[in-house]
Amino acid sequence: MRYRALPVLLFGAPTLCSCTQGVLDPKGPVAAAEKLLLINATAITLVVVVPVILATLAFAWWYRSSNPSASRSADESYEGRLEFVLWSIPALIVILLGGVIWIGSHQLDPRAPIAAKADPLRVDVVALDWKWLFIYPAERIATVNQLVIPVGAPVQFRLTSATVMNSFFIPQLGSQIYTMGGMTTHLNLRADQPGEYPGFSANFSGDGFSGMRFIAKAVPAGDFSVWVEQVRGAGSALDESEYADLAKPSSDAPPTTYRSVVPNLFERIVAQTVSGSQTPGAGEVWRRPVRQAGG
Amino acid sequence: MLGRLTWAAIPFNEPLPLLSAAVVAIIIGSVLALVTIKGWVPYLWREWVTSVDHKRIGVMYFALGLVMLLRGFADAFMMRTQQAIAVGDATGYLPPAHYDQIFSAHGSIMIFFVAMPLVIGLMNFVVPLQLGVRDVAFPTLNSISFWLTATGALLINLSLVIGVFARTGWMGYPPLSELPFSPDVGVDYYLWSLQISGIGTLLTGVNFVTTILKLRAPGMTYFRMPVFCWTALSASLLIVAAFPILTATFMMLLLDRYLGMHFFTNDAGGNQMMYVNLFWAWGHPEVYILVLPAFGAFSEVVATFSGKGLFSYRSMVLATLGICVLSFMVWLHHFFTMGAGADVNAFFGIMSSIIAVPTGVKVFNWLFTMYRGRVVFKTPMLFAVGFMITFVIGGMTGVLLAVPPVDFVLHNSVFLVAHFHNVIIGGVVYGALAGYNYWFPKAFGFTLDERLGKASFWCWLIGFYLAFTPLYVLGLMGMTRRLQRIPEPSWQPLLLVAEAGAIVIFCGILCQIAQLYVSIRARQRRLDLTGDPWDGRTLEWATSSPPPPYNFAVLPRVETIDAFWSMKRRGLRPVEPAHEPIEMPRNSPVGFIIAFFATITGFALIWHIWWMVIIGLLASVVTLMVFGWSDPREREISAAEIAEIERARLSVRQPA
Repeated sequence: MRYRALPVLLFGAPTLCSCTQGVLDPKGPVAAAEKLLLINATAITLVVVVPVILATLAFAWWYRSSNPSASRSADESYEGRLEFVLWSIPALIVILLGGVIWIGSHQLDPRAPIAAKADPLRVDVVALDWKWLFIYPAERIATVNQLVIPVGAPVQFRLTSATVMNSFFIPQLGSQIYTMGGMTTHLNLRADQPGEYPGFSANFSGDGFSGMRFIAKAVPAGDFSVWVEQVRGAGSALDESEYADLAKPSSDAPPTTYRSVVPNLFERIVAQTVSGSQTPGAGEVWRRPVRQAGG
Repeated sequence: MLGRLTWAAIPFNEPLPLLSAAVVAIIIGSVLALVTIKGWVPYLWREWVTSVDHKRIGVMYFALGLVMLLRGFADAFMMRTQQAIAVGDATGYLPPAHYDQIFSAHGSIMIFFVAMPLVIGLMNFVVPLQLGVRDVAFPTLNSISFWLTATGALLINLSLVIGVFARTGWMGYPPLSELPFSPDVGVDYYLWSLQISGIGTLLTGVNFVTTILKLRAPGMTYFRMPVFCWTALSASLLIVAAFPILTATFMMLLLDRYLGMHFFTNDAGGNQMMYVNLFWAWGHPEVYILVLPAFGAFSEVVATFSGKGLFSYRSMVLATLGICVLSFMVWLHHFFTMGAGADVNAFFGIMSSIIAVPTGVKVFNWLFTMYRGRVVFKTPMLFAVGFMITFVIGGMTGVLLAVPPVDFVLHNSVFLVAHFHNVIIGGVVYGALAGYNYWFPKAFGFTLDERLGKASFWCWLIGFYLAFTPLYVLGLMGMTRRLQRIPEPSWQPLLLVAEAGAIVIFCGILCQIAQLYVSIRARQRRLDLTGDPWDGRTLEWATSSPPPPYNFAVLPRVETIDAFWSMKRRGLRPVEPAHEPIEMPRNSPVGFIIAFFATITGFALIWHIWWMVIIGLLASVVTLMVFGWSDPREREISAAEIAEIERARLSVRQPA
């Protein structure tokens, strides 16, 4: 009876965590696979860690100098076979874990497209000081600090930064990735359940960093096209001058939508040929090819 | 005339930094006044400031580390408080511009001016004694190293009053640290103080590699060296290999900032990820520069307090060297999220987890050293056992973060923050404190109070778990690091627990201060006349406490591992009556003078006061040249003098 509370405590604590919108409460296949990997890797390492901790406590206690019943041997002899075993235990664990790492890295490569029945949605992400610009190239609309995606459709992100380095992260959907000026990174995610998931920058980017948050809203496919139509019918157009205004530093920007976007805005931000980037005019002087991070 | 320096640089409108600076100034001022009034200045100048004795320099390094620990901890406490109260709509008491400086200063100070001086302090004090020699290879260079480190510490603290510190995090990633985004002097303070102290660290590395490779007692072959010397050798090799990378990287960023170049800028062909790669090509070995000597200290402590030789010395040495080599092959795990391909990520993930093998072997070796031993729980041993348990957990979370897809969701989260505090507090700080309690009697001739030592241990242990377990959980809940405001009210309870943990750690620090105070007051009763209070195994315990300036009147002849232990078992041989005169390096103010001019140069560079830069640089070079041509640099301690010191030493010593 006394131990009835124990299972509640053991299994209750993680459950408590998981209802708080974190890594342990995945809402898409990438996040779910990463959570599983986290749990597996934890289990594999605990196989060594728990015995080592118990043995440390046990040895320290039993061989304390005041224990008359412990057998001692002061000579420094050691067992070659034991030495071999001691190297083997962590080596075997790491070999196992190495396999997990190799397979996991390839399966969960942020570039790897996600298979799904629904058509993929393309979203271009631009980190600004200190807010997120989302451009929907096919829909020709844009939003700030508000990402709306259809449930079940794989989302193909292209990301860059018009300012310093940031990291684009929606914990409940999985992998984060850096956004870097003059470079493009790629990320594939999918939401499997409708809901609102917090997103933010996970790489410190200056004084407004704490306010660089957005909501990723996963909606049913039908609602998504309705939303796109709504956005097209209202708000202003994101043209050069509007972008130059938007790019000025501000924090805690309210969610905004733009009914249209000038073509190739993302490409021009990457190439730094759009006014409003933090080093104005630099792009004209030195126009370089668009690079992809990590080759 | 004064470059960018104007009255606007003094933060008159911000009470917090001014107040703390005033308090520090009052403390320093009153200490200086006391020293002057009591007439201690000549003593301090003669015996400490100009000393080239590795023991004195080691003590000064350690003292610098402990003092800076207070500063770094104050920063930590301010951060924890800000995060505990700035939840939801509350903004807390620190605006972003201030908060961002605090976490940047906390990281920079804790790594460069706390952990490094503590570790290098231990190396300085212990290595020559353990090798059975009289000093390091280049004693005056050693003094220069210390004073350059002190210069860096001084400059970084100056930013509290004059100007600002960096608001870029302790890594100073560009382009945030480039001129367009950080136009003020903050990043320059960061860069120049680390550049100057980095030169000191590099010289230390050169000094210790040379010392360990070239100066050892007769018979002290490599495989008879104490494990601490092996770890010091590995750390020094890593310093020599890694610190030039940092210096070059910072120099490129400085060229960007001062001469408008484009190494790491967004535009004109700059590549910010080159900085990140180079920074961590230094940064990961740096972790092992810190933790390897801590491992060495634990190896000495565990063996001594188990009354048993270290289990499998051979494995321990091999594991140390393995870590030394592997540490250069894992840097990319600090930025798996940059978007490198799966092959690259998988390679670095696997390499990172491979480091767990030699580290795991070390833990097993300490474990089996206790097995069938006679474990005496003095304070150092408590820290060692606390370390073994805590470090294993930190190692485990490190292996989790080495799995790239897991890192994709935990990178830059407070889970990561918890992980590296777990290994740095659980490894480096516990190691330094174990070493401090263990070697203090050797340095000063009296032991430290055990009761307060144990109290400080329990505070550090419980405080650590209280402060960082919540951060592990919060990281899993999606909390990223460096937040000035907490968006999620449900995180507050855990942040309050973390705050409580910081308070408990502070109690640990207070216990240490009290321990030092109580022990100094009771030093006459706590005298250690044997020179060997713990029944030690290595040569530092063979000489008196504190050791004479020349360490050993007659260099010991080493025939086994744990040389002193086997000497004791064979019965201490009587000291030979005929003493030879010993040549020792003369004390020299060159280190202090160079550091004085380096401080001026650094300050002038930060504020663009070019005439002062030129004067400072020229004066440093001239100082060095004057030293180079000065003669003689050695003094001879005559045989009669040595005989007298040795007689005094043996007369107080209990008969063996």
